[in-house]
Order: sequence, then structure tokens, then C-alpha cells
Amino acid sequence: MVTLTIDNQTVTVAEGTTILEAAKSANITIPSLCYLKDLNEIGACRVCVVEIEGITRLVPACVNVVSEGMVVHTNSARVRSARRTNLRLIMSQHDCRCAVCLRSGNCTLQKLANDLNLFYLPYPTQIPKKRWGYDAPLIRDESKCIKCMRCIQVCDKIQSLNVWDVSGTGSRTTVDVSLNRSILEADCAYCGQCVTHCPTAALSARDDTEKVFDALNDPELVTVIQIAPAVRTAWVESFGLDPETFTVNHLVAALRAMGFDYIFDTNFSADLPIMEEGSEFLERFTHTENYQWPMFTSCCPGWVRFLKSQYPEYTDNLSTAKSPQQMFGAVAKSYFAEKMGIDPHKMRVISVMPCIAKKSECAIDSMKDACGDPDVDIVITTRELVRMMRMEHLDPTVLKPQNFDSPLGSSTGAAVIFGATGGVMDAALRSAYYLVTGKNPDADTFAQVRGMDGWKEAVFQIPGAGDINVAIVSGLGNTRKLMEQLRKGKVSYDFVEVMACPGGCAGGGGQPIHDGQELAEKRGNVLWHLDKASAIRYSHENPDILELYRDYLEKPLGEKSHHLLHTDHHSWTMPLRPER
Amino acid sequence: MSRLEIKTPSQAQSVVESLYRTVERRIAASPPGLCPVDMALNFLNLCHAQSCGKCVPCRIGLGQLSSLMEKVLDGTGTMRTLEILEQTAQTIVDSADCVIGTDAANLVLMGLKGFREDYVEHVTHHRCLGNLKNPVPCVALCPAGVDIPGYVALVSHGKYQEAVKLIRRDNPFPIACAYICEHPCEARCRRSMIDDPINIRALKRYAVDHAGVVPNPPCAPATGKKVAIIGGGPGGLSAAYYLALMGHQVTLFEKQKQLGGMLRYGIPSYRFPREKLDEEIASILSVGIEVRTQVDVGVDISFEALKAEYDCLYIAIGAQTDKKTGIPGEDSYGVISAVQMLREIGDNQMPDFSGKNVVVVGGGNVAMDATRSAIRLGAKKVSCVYRRRQADMTALAEEVEGAIAEGAELLTLQAPLRVESDEDGNAVALWTQPQVIGVMDSAGRPRPNNASVEPQRIPADIIIIAIGQGVESHGFEQSGVPVKRGTLVAKTSSQLQNMDGVFAGGDCVTGPATAIRAIAAGKVAAANIDEYLGYHHVIDVDVEIPSPKFDNKPPHGRINTAEREACVRKHDFQCIECGMSDEEADLESSRCLRCDHFGYGNFKGGRVGRW
Repeated sequence: MVTLTIDNQTVTVAEGTTILEAAKSANITIPSLCYLKDLNEIGACRVCVVEIEGITRLVPACVNVVSEGMVVHTNSARVRSARRTNLRLIMSQHDCRCAVCLRSGNCTLQKLANDLNLFYLPYPTQIPKKRWGYDAPLIRDESKCIKCMRCIQVCDKIQSLNVWDVSGTGSRTTVDVSLNRSILEADCAYCGQCVTHCPTAALSARDDTEKVFDALNDPELVTVIQIAPAVRTAWVESFGLDPETFTVNHLVAALRAMGFDYIFDTNFSADLPIMEEGSEFLERFTHTENYQWPMFTSCCPGWVRFLKSQYPEYTDNLSTAKSPQQMFGAVAKSYFAEKMGIDPHKMRVISVMPCIAKKSECAIDSMKDACGDPDVDIVITTRELVRMMRMEHLDPTVLKPQNFDSPLGSSTGAAVIFGATGGVMDAALRSAYYLVTGKNPDADTFAQVRGMDGWKEAVFQIPGAGDINVAIVSGLGNTRKLMEQLRKGKVSYDFVEVMACPGGCAGGGGQPIHDGQELAEKRGNVLWHLDKASAIRYSHENPDILELYRDYLEKPLGEKSHHLLHTDHHSWTMPLRPER
Repeated sequence: MSRLEIKTPSQAQSVVESLYRTVERRIAASPPGLCPVDMALNFLNLCHAQSCGKCVPCRIGLGQLSSLMEKVLDGTGTMRTLEILEQTAQTIVDSADCVIGTDAANLVLMGLKGFREDYVEHVTHHRCLGNLKNPVPCVALCPAGVDIPGYVALVSHGKYQEAVKLIRRDNPFPIACAYICEHPCEARCRRSMIDDPINIRALKRYAVDHAGVVPNPPCAPATGKKVAIIGGGPGGLSAAYYLALMGHQVTLFEKQKQLGGMLRYGIPSYRFPREKLDEEIASILSVGIEVRTQVDVGVDISFEALKAEYDCLYIAIGAQTDKKTGIPGEDSYGVISAVQMLREIGDNQMPDFSGKNVVVVGGGNVAMDATRSAIRLGAKKVSCVYRRRQADMTALAEEVEGAIAEGAELLTLQAPLRVESDEDGNAVALWTQPQVIGVMDSAGRPRPNNASVEPQRIPADIIIIAIGQGVESHGFEQSGVPVKRGTLVAKTSSQLQNMDGVFAGGDCVTGPATAIRAIAAGKVAAANIDEYLGYHHVIDVDVEIPSPKFDNKPPHGRINTAEREACVRKHDFQCIECGMSDEEADLESSRCLRCDHFGYGNFKGGRVGRW
């Protein structure tokens, strides 16, 4: 242990603790900007500088460790002056028209500027030009970038994709797609972790809200909206409310008020892949010789992009089942349209997703199985949903909870957990067990797959089927580790669930941003609670699903479901991982 | 008003003078990887500030070049901008009145040719090809990528064993490099920005001199793969060391009696004591390497037989043959090659030069080694004949100065013409043609030309030719190894293009270079041979690097090492250089700016822990 003095307080911390963390432990906040604990400790912004007695120059608190007897002043006149000057320098190259910024009110730079009372800027502004198209769902606005390098670090260290890099040198140093590629040429998974770790609006998801409003305003069109499981854990965060009190039914009410014609739950179509993927797994499991092994889940488009770019030789290991979003679209524009007598060409299927990659998934050319139009037309993120609500002046606290529409609105506990790491595996095993044995297991039989570990393994015995080896990973860095071990033959599994974002969709790149906080676990727990509280906890017991199969699809893996609910992962290409 | 005044610099002028010196140092400390267009622009601005302002092309033209380059860098330029830039720069070259203008515009033209692709990338994609891949200058410039800030910090903390272990992760020759490395690492040391580079090599020497016996890491489990290495110099031994650590079975073939290559047969022991070399080789061999000396591959055993017997081959035969001057009389008795002489000395066969006039031909490090060895072998007089000026010698300046201090005569601007011999064929003199220095060649070295004076006679009993070395490539060429201009051709991975499982590196590929480059090539080869054999062994080391201190680092003189007195040392082959004292090592190691931590280092590339 090391004892030091910070702002006249005696503080004792473990050796190797940074000055910033030591101060935090004594409830002394040192303002910081580029710093992200364990991820970006590089002392780039020089906002967290402190004065240490006996040291001439100021020292950044984020990247330097304490030593015995050190005397630190975190807010001396000299420190304050340096902090304010450095912040002003940053703002001289930042487009400070905050009123028209996506992150206004949720921007670390703006908050610091306010906290440090920077009410004027003495320097001429030198704002770089934004040069970025709207073809990719990931947008970089250079005029907002403060070169904190967090995006580079999160992509390198957490996601292992190295999509971002420092570009140029000297005064023109900036961040850009690595190896001088454009984003469309890059092997980016569109996971959006760089977006949720950006302190400003330099990185964002493409805003598609206008397209949604256009659809709502067109009297010719029928709007059908689906809400993904993880959205319900996070949307009210932006209003400062508790997701266990303000549930998805409040959200349904909000969407109804906005004028959506049909409001459904993606959970319905999360039960659907369980039926399809579970059946597919049993087919593969009982005929291993016909398939590449193990089987991978295919519901996460970030993961599918990752696999196709990093390990394309494993593409056939992916379940051919579409993701819940795409299954929903295909069913909505076929079964539902027929049932309701709606011209599917006049229908607009919109999804609210915790995800950026979903925006590119719905645009895949082969995802047009129901009527020839895209099965899903528009994807908005949880953040865009919140922005739309605010545009409509909707206050969740005065909304009366409402139910989803029928028949694509019912769901089970097994579906809601899709939004948390391990959830897909848990749900799939519940139904696989039933499909093999004809009996339901206890719904918590497979609890081992839950939790926040980045790489989980378990073996389950299903009577009549034998031992099933499963693995669950979340985060693409963890995924790469698993893939490398798999490739070397060091591990072997039957079924692997992969989610590109750490913690699964709850921590998705389209979720509300809270700088410095990782909320995937907290949000995931909301979903596990919902599962526990559900009346039905098995996908194969969802009455609407049973009806859909009875009236329309006939059976899992049948001809119709093959056409609507499965996809050929080879039908589109991904830029391959570059040689480095 | 006085008629004349004594010129005294104003205070402003002397401050500006010191700024100039700082700028010189700062430019020398530029890290590799900067945007060349940006650097060229800023040089140009500096040049423009030097303009007296009289003439249009320089006063206005340089400023317009600057604006055009700004446009390129800001991403608003087009290919047309580059045309105007080139045309304007050419006009300035053609029409400026003095070199302030012409040379500045020439810099721009050179850049437009030399890094045109960078210009085009800025214009077409608004981005830069420059990128700081490895931000720690010393590590970036060390061919083997040794963790220099790491071991300097360990020396500073008195952890010499750990320092040696850390060096060995990337370079199994810490002792050799402590004595004779040409230390390219020091060239761009960031410390130059405030005073002078850290004396890195001397700190390494301090570490090895104080570490005692440092055990090597254990080898990985045996893979059963067999690798043959041809050549027991620093490159071959480095590859052998890492491959053995990776668990492969290594056999090393050496043509000479002993291992060490040029470390033994090129570098005299007054620069690198033999017992130190033997100690280092013993340490390397201790990881388990089979050695077969006095086996000449191609003569005693065929290359094809090795290929058939081993899973992989590494050719590291160095550059061991001497080059001839081709002057008449070169075959006289008493005319010897430096390579041959140093090789004999390496095997302890000391020629006796007592009372003889020795003339050494050449200006490189080998020439200095021959010169200084000849002095130690009792020569009456040793002269070093060189075609150009002392400043143009390729030998390290301290080697030249050391030779002069030991009594060598430098006869510069003398081109050898012929060797005069007596009736028995013994050399008696070297005739030279005096030279006059001329225009610069494309590499920036001035070319010597014959001066309009008579040839000169230099009495000589022994004439040592030290004008370069070549590679004994013939035998390998016949076996199908690609050879170009006398050196073997291998990829940067050290793999041969046309021959599966055969790798080559070091002097035999690059031509005569330095020990550290051969060592680095051996390391590269080991990594790629391991991959080729289907493995991915990781070489790392469990050493904790001390965190940097916040010491204030005011400018402080660099601590150079002392040498033994010239009049004493010239009589023996004992080591010339004295190591640093404890006090000196402490001061010098604490000068390190820790670029692994400060600056870009704590973001990217500051520490590559394993390979």
C-alpha cells in the first residue's frame, strides 16, 4: 500500500494505482476527458493534469501512478489554468455549435466546458471538414473529433478488429479508418462500440428517423414496428427513469401515440429462431458428418460480419436461420400481410434495435424473401427512438402502459433473454431439450450459460441426445480468442453463441450512451428478471408461434420456413481481414 | 561615429544562434514515419524566412509554394495544384538569384519526385501515407527492436540480470553489442532535442559487465523438427539460439575452426575481448545447439544433402571474401587482404610486422581495424591511404581518431596506382595518384578526381587491402539459390523466393553490414522458420519494467566512456574502452526520457512484449 496526500487529504491505495483512481477513492474528482479506465490511459487531452510537489511540470493523473509520500494538488491555480487552456485548445478545433449536435446534453466535452466555466474562446477556430458518406450505418464527423483515441483503443483491445487508426502526423494528425481504407472497404463489424465509447458526437449511427417519419406521414403506407428485447432495458435511461418501472408497455404506448399502425415485439420472432435454430441444431447434431462443426448462432449481424471477414472458411458453421429481426420482417410481409389483407408492398417494417449492424443487415440484398421488397425497411437504434419520442414531446411518466398488437406480439421468457449474453443459448437449450425428450426441463436448468464472463463453457446432458458441449462468447476480442483456439483444435464444441458486443445486445452499439459506464450487466439483469416473471418460459409454448406453424409455416425447417426464415450467408460479400 | 566597428553579436542574435543549434538537434531527432509533405512544407517555411527579400522568385515564389502545399495538406488541392507547384518550383530554381531561393525550391522539387505518392494520396483521398508505426525512436531504429527504454530503466534501478534477460529476448548477443554495436538506436534519440542522445551502448556494457552469469530461459518441448544453419557468425548463432528455444533441433555448420564469424575473424580483440566473445557463444550454445566446425558446405557436404536431411535451412554465411583493387603489382609478396590478416589474428596466428612500413588501403571500419592491428603488431610506421577526405571515410569517426591517436598517418586524397616490387617480387612501395575532391554524387558524397600533380611513392613493406568484402555465393548459386550482384536474394521474411524451406539473411544477403543487422536477420529467420514448420512459439520474458520517475530532466551533458591512454594501449590487444563507473551509469541511465511511457509510447507501440 502507498500513502499520499491529495488536496490535503491522506489517501492510502494499492501500489500501482493511478493518481486519478487514488483521488476517486477519496471522493476527489479530477476532471478527465480522453481517459477510460483500463482502456485508454494515455494522457492525451491533458485535462486531468495535477500538480505534484517537487515536480516542476504538471502531471496527467490518468497515466501516472502514486508513490509514497507524494503530495498532489488537483485544483491549484496553475492546474486550473492549464486545464482550462487545454480544454479551450481542444474546443478551438471542435465544432462547438452544440445546439445542433446529436450529443448535446450528453457530451463529455460540453459538460467539462460548462463545469470549467468556459464562456468564451480566445483562439481562432480551425474546424476540420467532415468527409464521410451516408452509405455505411457508422458515421464519423471529423469536425467533432477531439482525437481522444478511445475508438481506436476499443476497436483494438475489446473488439480486436483494428478498424480505426491514427492517420497523418504533426498538426494534421487525426483518426481515420486504418490502412487508408474507406469504411465501406473495411472489415468493420458495425458493432458500434466505438460510438458508445466516443465522448462527443464524432462517431454516431446514421440517423434514419426522417425515413420513419416519412413512412408515418404517408397515408398510403401501413407501418409495422418491432421492438428488440434489449431496447426495453435502456430506452428510459435517457429520461432518467427505471426500466423495471417503465416497461416495454410504456414504450408501446409511446409508439402508438406516434402513429404506428402495428406494434409488435421482436421477442415473438426471437421465439421463432429458437424453433428453427433449435431444430437445425438437432438435425446437425444427429448428422454431424454432413456439417462443419460446431454450429454457430447467426442472430448477431456484427458477429456474422466478423466471421465472414475474419474466418470466412467457417461461414458454413453459421446456422442458416435468419436473425429475429429478419424473420419478423419476412413473416410480417407474408403471413401477417395475408392474414390482415394488407398489400405487402404498401407495408413498411421498421425495427427498433440496440444495434448499428442491424442497419446493414436489413439492407442485405438477399433479405427480400416475403414479397421482393426488403423484409425490413428501416432500422433505428434505441437512441434514435428516444430522439423521436422527444420530437413528439412524449413523456413516459404520463403514458399509460399498452399491450402489443396481435398476432405477432406475444412472446416468452425464452425470447426476452436474447438481449443478454447466454440468452440465446439458454432459450435454445430449453426447446432442444423439449424437442428431444418431449418434456420441458426446468427453465433454470441451463443457468450456467448466464453471466458476464466473456467466454463461458458448459456441458449439458440431454437424455436421448447425449452430452452437448456449448460455449458462449461476447465481445469480438473474446470471439477471436475462441476462434483461434477452435482453429488450432485446442477446444471443441457443439454449439456456440456469439454476440459481438460485450455483454450481448444489452451493451449494444445502438444503446443510450453513458460515458465511462458499462451498463450491459445491469440491463441484462432486467431481461433475466423479465424471463423469471414470464408466464411462459419456453419458445415452443408461444401460442402465436404454434398458430403460425399450424396455419402457415407447417413445421420448423419445412419448405416455407426454409424460404422465409433461413438465408444463404454466401449470398453477400464482406471485405476480408487485411494483411498487416 | 567611428570609421570601423568591431562586430559584436546582439543579445537577440546570440539567442537566435542558440535556437539554430536547437533546431539542428531537433531535426536530427525526427522520428521515422512523419508525413513527408508536412515536413517539406515546414522546411520550406524555414527557408522562406531566410530570404533577404530582394528577388521575386524567392520572396514571393516560396510563399506561394507554401500556400499550394497547405492546400494539398488541407485536402483542397487537386492534381492541377501539383502541376502549378512543380512549375513554380522549377521557375524559382531557374530564376532565383542565389541559393537561398534555388535550394529551397529544389527541396520542393525533390519531394515532388521522391514522395509523389504521398502528394497524390493527399490530393485524391485527403489523407496521408505517413504513419508513426513505432513511436519509440531507439526501438524503431534498432534492427532487432530491443526494448531499450526497458533495459535502461532496469540499469537505472540496479537490475542488471533483468536487463540482460530483456535484451536477450530480442538479441542473444548483449555482450557483443555492448562492446561493438554501431548503435543506430542513438541516431534519433529524443534526448537530442534538449542535449545529446543517451549513451545506450555504454549502458548496455555496464549491464553486461555487472550482471554476472545470466541463465537462459528453458527450451520449449522438442518439436522433432531439424534445422540446419550454415554459418556460425552472429546471424547464424542468433537464429540457432531462438530456434533451439522454440524446441527445434538445430545443427550449425561453420567453415572456420571457431564460431563467431566476423565477431572473431573481423573485429580485433582490443575492441571486443576474445574471452567475452567466448563467454557469449558458450551462453548461446548452452540452450542446446549441435555445432560442426570446419565443415565447408558445398565442399565437405553438399547443399542438396543438407536440404534432404533437414526440415529447414538458414544460410548465414556472411561476406567473407576480400575485394581486390585490380592495380598492377597487387600479387606482389607483402600485399595482403585485411580479411585474411584479421582471420589469422582471430585464430591467434599473429603476423610479425616489427620494423616494417605498413600501408593500409581503404577508409572503412575494416581499414581502421587493420591499421590499428598493424600498429599493435609492431609496425614501424602505419599509413592509411584513402581516395577521399577524412570526413568522407565510412569508418566511425571515433575509430579514425583512435587510429590517429595511436600513431597512424592518414594519407587522404590518394588513389592507389600500382605496387612497386623488388626483383624477388616483394612489395617495396605503393604509388598513388593524388586526388582533388569534386562534385557530390547522388548519395551526397563528393567524388575524387585525379589532381594535376605527379604520382607519389609511399614506401611500404606490407600493403593491406581493405576496400570491401564480398559473398562466397558461387557454390550456392550453382545449387539454385538466386544471386544478384554477388549477394543472395531473399525476401524480407528471409525466405528464398524459389526454394521451399530455405531461408537466408545477414551480410550474405545485404552485403557487408553490421553485427546487429545480422542478429536481427537471424531473429526474423527464426520466427519465420518456426511458422514455416507449423508452429507459433512465442518468445517473451518475465521482467517487470520499472515505472518512470517524474524527475525533472534539465539539459545535461552526455556521459561518454573513457579509453585507455593511446601510448599504452597501442602495444597490446587488450580492450581499449573503459566501462562506465557506477556514478556515470546512474547519471546516464537517469537521462532517459522514457519514450515508452511519455508521448505516443503509452498509447501505441511503446512496448512490444513478445514476438
